[in-house]
Amino acid sequence: MSAAEEIVTEAPAVEAVPKRAMTLGYGTSLVVLAALILIPLFVKNFIIFQMTMLLIYALAVMALNILTGGSGQFSLGQSAFYAVGAYTSAILMEHAGMNYALTLPIAGIVCFGFGFLFGQPALRLSGVYLALATFALATAMPQLLKLGYFEHWTGGVQGLVVTKPDAPFGLPLSQDMWLYYFTLAVSIAIYVASVNLLRSRSGRAFMAIRDNEIAASAMGVDVALYKTLAFGVSAGITGVAGGLGAIAVQFVAPDGYTIQLAISLFLGMVVGGVGWLPGSIVGSAFIIFVPNIAEGISKGLSGAVFGVLLFLVIFLVPHGARQVAIVAQQLAAKLKKN
Amino acid sequence: MLSTVRIAAIFAAITAVAATSTAAFAQKKYDTGASDTEIKVGNIMPYSGPASAYGVIGKTEEAYFKMINDQGGINGRKVNFVSYDDAYSPPKAVEQVRKLVESDEVLVVFNPLGTPSNTAIQKYLNSKKIPQLFVATGATKWNDPKNFPWTIGWQPSYQSEAQIYAKWLMKEKPDAKIAILYQNDDFGKDYLKGTKDGFGAKASSSIIMEESYEVSEPSIDGHIVKIKAANPDVLLIYTTPKFGAQTIKKTAELGWKPLQIITNVSISVGSVMQPAGFDNAQGVLSAAYAKDGSDPQWASDPGMKKWNAFLDKYMPGVDKTDNGVVYGYGAAQTLAKVLEMCGDDLTRANVMKQAASLKDFAPDTMLPGVKINTSATDFAPIAQLQMQRFKGQKWELFGEIISGDIPSE
Amino acid sequence: MELFANQVLAGIATGAIYACMALAVVMIYQAIDHLNFAQGEMAMFSTFVSWQLMQWGVPYWGAFVLTVAFSFAAGIVIERLLFKPLAKAPILTNVAGFIALYAIINSVAGLIWDFTIKQYPTPFGSSPFLGSQLISTHQAGMIGITLLMLLLLFFFFRFTRVGLAMRAAASLPESARLVGINTSWMIALGWGMASAIGSIAGMMIAPVVFLEPNMMLGVLIYGFAAAVLGGLTSPFGAVMGGFLVGIFENLVGTYIPGVGNELKLPIALALIIVVLVVKPAGLFGRAIVKRV
Repeated sequence: MSAAEEIVTEAPAVEAVPKRAMTLGYGTSLVVLAALILIPLFVKNFIIFQMTMLLIYALAVMALNILTGGSGQFSLGQSAFYAVGAYTSAILMEHAGMNYALTLPIAGIVCFGFGFLFGQPALRLSGVYLALATFALATAMPQLLKLGYFEHWTGGVQGLVVTKPDAPFGLPLSQDMWLYYFTLAVSIAIYVASVNLLRSRSGRAFMAIRDNEIAASAMGVDVALYKTLAFGVSAGITGVAGGLGAIAVQFVAPDGYTIQLAISLFLGMVVGGVGWLPGSIVGSAFIIFVPNIAEGISKGLSGAVFGVLLFLVIFLVPHGARQVAIVAQQLAAKLKKN
Repeated sequence: MLSTVRIAAIFAAITAVAATSTAAFAQKKYDTGASDTEIKVGNIMPYSGPASAYGVIGKTEEAYFKMINDQGGINGRKVNFVSYDDAYSPPKAVEQVRKLVESDEVLVVFNPLGTPSNTAIQKYLNSKKIPQLFVATGATKWNDPKNFPWTIGWQPSYQSEAQIYAKWLMKEKPDAKIAILYQNDDFGKDYLKGTKDGFGAKASSSIIMEESYEVSEPSIDGHIVKIKAANPDVLLIYTTPKFGAQTIKKTAELGWKPLQIITNVSISVGSVMQPAGFDNAQGVLSAAYAKDGSDPQWASDPGMKKWNAFLDKYMPGVDKTDNGVVYGYGAAQTLAKVLEMCGDDLTRANVMKQAASLKDFAPDTMLPGVKINTSATDFAPIAQLQMQRFKGQKWELFGEIISGDIPSE
Repeated sequence: MELFANQVLAGIATGAIYACMALAVVMIYQAIDHLNFAQGEMAMFSTFVSWQLMQWGVPYWGAFVLTVAFSFAAGIVIERLLFKPLAKAPILTNVAGFIALYAIINSVAGLIWDFTIKQYPTPFGSSPFLGSQLISTHQAGMIGITLLMLLLLFFFFRFTRVGLAMRAAASLPESARLVGINTSWMIALGWGMASAIGSIAGMMIAPVVFLEPNMMLGVLIYGFAAAVLGGLTSPFGAVMGGFLVGIFENLVGTYIPGVGNELKLPIALALIIVVLVVKPAGLFGRAIVKRV
């Protein structure tokens, strides 16, 4: 409209998070890990199933977190990558008879490529424009999956039923228990790799771009490469999560991967704390359990109760679980001093 | 000697007691979820999310069982209806059904809604041998007792309904050019397939256009304009209610009068025909198996009077033009009938057996003459429909009651 | 050729729906600098309010004016109560707030008015317009109202003190404060106006798509797309964007063989992305120059 729009200083969409603050201390990590390993031994199978889904969504939320919190790019299209991963695994298992464990890296690689390619045009877009582009991807995906041309592979609107794997080597574990520990192992591996990635040269490049793109390029960071790379990595991890999700739910269908899922993952990231990887599991818990709580309070108004609960959370802790963690840390430090 | 006799007598007495007690056990048999006082029934519905309009079915069923309980329950047992929200998402459906089975320990899962959700839980329920009773979807695949002996449908299948239209058209309008408008999902595609199967070899020559739309489109006027350009004589409308009303209204606005046949899903007088405009809807055809809550011709029908009395007492203020209210009542009544037939043998196997032994059962909301019949090889409870034509402000039934049973492939 | 002309006309008719909504999207973008996901639901709720008023016997235009006033007030109240406290929170947290608002409004409307579709009256009638059956008098009226709103907005932003202050507050909040503009209230005013425009859009759209709690779900997607295509800073661009998306979509569905019909939304969106890649600020928007 006028020269007035030449913005001198613009608040970045994502405030800078120092890289050490993106992770968790060793002590806390071990406690969380111990809980994740031990709890399933004492609970019913369906809770184990819920915990499996918790880990899977946590992976997907973390993938978004790497993209948004790490490189400052915003995506409402994560459900599309999740869907591609899920379908890749399902098709390989059901049509090619491949072992479920082998399908996951393939799902990851396929999604990495897909995300990397999508990142190319996305380079030119930022802010709301990128949001719209990714949003378009999320709306388009279910329609692509339904397309008659792929129906032989995707099962079209009916989807594909997937067989749940048994525990290998005759281990005396139920299917659910085995799948849980399998998912846990995969999640830990990806989490550790992600933490290392963000601490590496590439991670520093991501964060430099997030904080100030122009300054980063002046410092010699290949902005285009690292931005698309961030998209690829994020999509790849989401794809693995999608593959695991397909195995756990034993079913893939276009209706499972709508924009609703992308919005849930986004909410998970905000509630967990943008840019704080360990928060992903808190965010994941929010998107799985809070709708159940809302429904328990009122069936007719479950949507409204969910909305109110979400408002409560963002009013109390606008920075998500990260803020809680920081407060807790400060408290602990004070106690130590005393 | 004497002692031996005595011992023998005692022994005989013991066996006799044992025998009678086993007989008593034979009368009262329970699986998880049933007891002397209670039968636990699980259900999932989309109370939130894009399909939340169907949530009213679950609410109606809950109210129905409240009425049953107020009347003393079924064979003296109260029905505990536990219903969860799956938001029309298959992963959530699996989570909620597992919660119903493993945490709430229900006897059966009843009337879960939606083809994707039901497909997602079918394998799980069948492997656990838990009845997946009267699913709320019209896909053909629920009638497959050989592969899925624990899953049974309820409403007429979409494909069989479409076949009825195709057969009627071949007889009444053999030379008509036909266009199909369908929703691009499992529901629309089932109708498309049924229509083509019904036309058989004539399909390719009769059907000149297949036009699909997405449920996310705000208005489907563009599709109607496109179909009109192809100038068909007959328009088959395989849409959900909102788009059905849009289609009927738009064709009238275009000054176009093809013969229109609309799916049974979208025939509510109050929530499709009236919004579309009664003038625009004259002459539209469809097929029905249930009475319409907003159709004045059933005002003095004894079954619908019961339905009205139930709504006034247990769901005051509910929108009676909503088809879901009629649907939920009929489905719940069918389950109540099955549980009553089970007597004191409330095992899952017996529930399934009774569900597959319904003979000429007619819930209050069915059209006169439409009856529910099932058998060990027929898991499609409602298989009858009657053609109807919209005239004035109500549907006029015509022709015979047609049975449209088709086996699952 | 006749089919082509018909599809373009039908596209304009549908595009009017998108254009209406896109105006509301641009309005909120001008005021708060991002998109409001709950905007469609707010418009839907307003439309239900007007419907309820008419059920109670208020005549159409009376209900219309009351609803616009109500929506304006409600927009301001929502901003003061729910989003002012979040002013200092990160943008993404605000977006989560929009999603929460969306869920609340949708669910409450469903509870009050049920999910069955309702007929909504039009003041313009629905007979053919100028002899063309493709555009009804209602759709012509809707286009007229949209253009009228566009004109009013143009004058508001260009010539009124409040309009200028609002623009200043959105683009340079600190400088605006220095010259004595109450930026916080400017944002509230923006919410009120966006909500009022949304309510008009809702009342114009409802006769075509029927009134029900989910009526805006698809409309908002297209409204966003239209606004972004035209340029989020330009009300004129948004309206043009709306018509273009409508025409785009119909032509894709008609002329791309095979997948065109099944994929018309994805293809239309892909085209928009292509446009954005070439012109990142939209067709009619001004590029924002950023200084380091």
